[in-house]
Amino acid sequence: MRKLALTDDILMQVEKPARYIGNEVNAVMKNKEEIDVRFAMCFPDVYEIGMSHLGIQIIYDMLNQFEDVWCERVYSPWVDLDAIMRKEQIPLFALESQEPVKDFDFLGITLQYEMCYTNILQILDLSGIPMLSKNRSEEDPIVIGGGPCSYNPEPICDFFDLFYIGEGETQYRNLIDLYKEYKHSDMSRKDFLMKAAMIPGIYVPSLYEVRYHEDGTIAERKALYDGIPMTVTKELVKDVSDTYYPMKPVVPFIKVTQDRVVLEIQRGCIRGCRFCQAGQLYRPVRERDVNKLKDYALEMLKNTGHEEISLSSLSSSDYSKLPELIDFLIDECNKRKINISLPSLRIDAFSLDVMQKVQDVRKSSLTFAPEAGSQRLRNVINKGLTEEVILEGSKLAFEGGWSRVKLYFMLGLPFETEEDIEGIGELCNKIAAVYYETVPKEKRNGRVQIVASTSFFIPKPFTPFQWASQDTKETFLDKAYLTRNSITKQLNQKSIKYNWHEADVSVMEGIMARGDRKLNDVIRKAYENGCIYDAWSEFYKNDVWMDTFKECGVDPDFYTTRARSEDEIFPWDFIDAGITKSFLLREWLKAKAETVSPNCSMQCQGCGASVFGTGICFKTKE
Amino acid sequence: MKVRIKFSKEGSVKFIGHLDIMRYFQKAIRRADIDIAYSSGFNPHQIMSFASPLSVGHESSGEYFDVELNSFPGRREMMNALNAVMVEGIRILDVKVLDEKEGNAMASVAAADYLVTFRDTITLPADWKEKLTSFYAQDNITVTKKTKKSEKEIDLKEGIYALEIRGEQVYLLLDAGSGSNIKPGFVLETFLESIGVSVPEFAFQIYRLETYKRTKKGKLLPLIS
Repeated sequence: MRKLALTDDILMQVEKPARYIGNEVNAVMKNKEEIDVRFAMCFPDVYEIGMSHLGIQIIYDMLNQFEDVWCERVYSPWVDLDAIMRKEQIPLFALESQEPVKDFDFLGITLQYEMCYTNILQILDLSGIPMLSKNRSEEDPIVIGGGPCSYNPEPICDFFDLFYIGEGETQYRNLIDLYKEYKHSDMSRKDFLMKAAMIPGIYVPSLYEVRYHEDGTIAERKALYDGIPMTVTKELVKDVSDTYYPMKPVVPFIKVTQDRVVLEIQRGCIRGCRFCQAGQLYRPVRERDVNKLKDYALEMLKNTGHEEISLSSLSSSDYSKLPELIDFLIDECNKRKINISLPSLRIDAFSLDVMQKVQDVRKSSLTFAPEAGSQRLRNVINKGLTEEVILEGSKLAFEGGWSRVKLYFMLGLPFETEEDIEGIGELCNKIAAVYYETVPKEKRNGRVQIVASTSFFIPKPFTPFQWASQDTKETFLDKAYLTRNSITKQLNQKSIKYNWHEADVSVMEGIMARGDRKLNDVIRKAYENGCIYDAWSEFYKNDVWMDTFKECGVDPDFYTTRARSEDEIFPWDFIDAGITKSFLLREWLKAKAETVSPNCSMQCQGCGASVFGTGICFKTKE
Repeated sequence: MKVRIKFSKEGSVKFIGHLDIMRYFQKAIRRADIDIAYSSGFNPHQIMSFASPLSVGHESSGEYFDVELNSFPGRREMMNALNAVMVEGIRILDVKVLDEKEGNAMASVAAADYLVTFRDTITLPADWKEKLTSFYAQDNITVTKKTKKSEKEIDLKEGIYALEIRGEQVYLLLDAGSGSNIKPGFVLETFLESIGVSVPEFAFQIYRLETYKRTKKGKLLPLIS
């Protein structure tokens, strides 16, 4: 039997000890004597969140297919265990072998959201790995970051030896081969990093220097050595049907957030909503072969025993073979008593028909994401969802028996006016009115339930809104009150419920999202001052963060409310994500002019992603 | 048909709670392709019932649950299919088709026996064995048993069917019926408190050996026998 890293005493004291024991179904065990490279793959949040992430499962599966590599998993210890580990000086360990992360060759950390940054430091600290890359020795693991937030790695660049920009399936083999060369020769860590910088998609922050203007904006970025590339181009899988996909995902013992088989049907999105970072980063759209997906679904269900399957993509309705895939799944899942969970589909006759087949209409609710309250503002953000479509979809749904509708909006979008915000209440009211017009009194089961939720808009790198000023906390809250008032003055206000997101944390996320190298010190000091698990509202300490900014002499407004000129050099400009800065600027100007852009399947907008030579860019030209 | 499954739970899986063990077996039955019956309704679930929940931290070689099957592949075949999809620490020990008149696993449970080891967090007096023997020799042991709803006085002695000292360990055969269940830790805590030894948390390592039903004549038999 495996020996656990934690004693029974500790495991009996902490909440959900099963988070720390490994040994789950499909967890990969290898003989460490027979492998050369040990990789610890970390999601810097609690087990239940990290285990729900598809990307890690893909990389875990791929690395473990390499005979010379053993990839294990690491998650953030929850606060109860965190305290015990510090007190008793227990080093952080990987779940499979239960051995210290410090003894590994690589520590990979996925960066899925900005508010996990202090947890990265928790992982390094508990592992006993120096927090700063420059302080690490030949004995320390190579610390590598990846995932969406690595598209602006600068706020956390001091903590990482390298970043992998883009999709993980393509360059890990080359990186590991180079590492083996380093490990088995007298090559220095520095030489390894310099050679790694030549691998496509690999960014080594310590090889560059940034000079600033007096106003704090970037004057110049310089490579410190000759031959180090000035831009890093994202990596991308050209053929998503012919690549790694985990047929045996790890099945957790405890209930996790995503406790089901996840079938990624495509990557990228044709829509081009101007606020959406994922929609730009993962271009161009690439579909997986429907027959492969059918095989994957059955095999993954068989290998996991999960009772539910879900489709994953940014916009499932745009997958060309969706009806065929869903018919197949309904058929096979009915036989096996498996539930199908459908991601946010566009509401139309087709999707309502499908939803009626797979879920209990009386218990489920319908979801729309208009994102903005008025057509004018929806044009600004290029959200191609019209009021007519929403009302027509609602009518169809009410006729089909639904009586609950969820609506998602953003507040603080660029060029937003009071009328746009008041439009939220008006739209909710119109939907409620459609219900009362459509469903006769005798068929109603009480009132229609409309739930409107607003989040605060955060401008992100590599979007047309990367130039936008973010609202202050006070403005955010004023807008939330305005939204609430716009709802309470409606005729059907009793049918409408309103939720809004916290403002503090949205401001902080905005700082991190468009941050630069100066934030490394702030994040490290905030961690030392006790900030951790910032993504969890019960642990988020806004006052400590604000004091830390003061302590470091860094002005948070510089990153959020400041207006940016069209020719400003952004911290992330050295990354080539395919989409060009000139395309993003064109879209920014079109947003100002309230002009919509057709989506990729209608007309190419020349975003630049066609350089990858694959996906929809070529399909339409055929 | 109704089939009873016996399994063991040892090593690191002792930290998996009862509800998660149930979910684990629901998934395992799908992985093993066992032809289990489902309830009707919009959200069909597997027809499955567990004998007696095991506390987190305890190990066992005598756990049981019943399933309703549409077709039975045979005892060996079913054991092999399930064992092929188990994790380290959980083994399928036996499978048996139940008689029509056999009660369900949970209702059948009458007793369970345990082997208790004292952990090094507790300091025992040198003469603890003699003291335990005289504790058990009492005619009755009146204690207050706390349940979620109330507190009541019971005679603990009635629920202890056997107590033996085995080397440095204690063997206990205890009432495990629903409503009258006695926990092994409770027996030893009561003893230790009676001799003035303070009991820290997690003082015992507990291993359940077997779970028993009672025959009409009053004899205790393992749930599969």
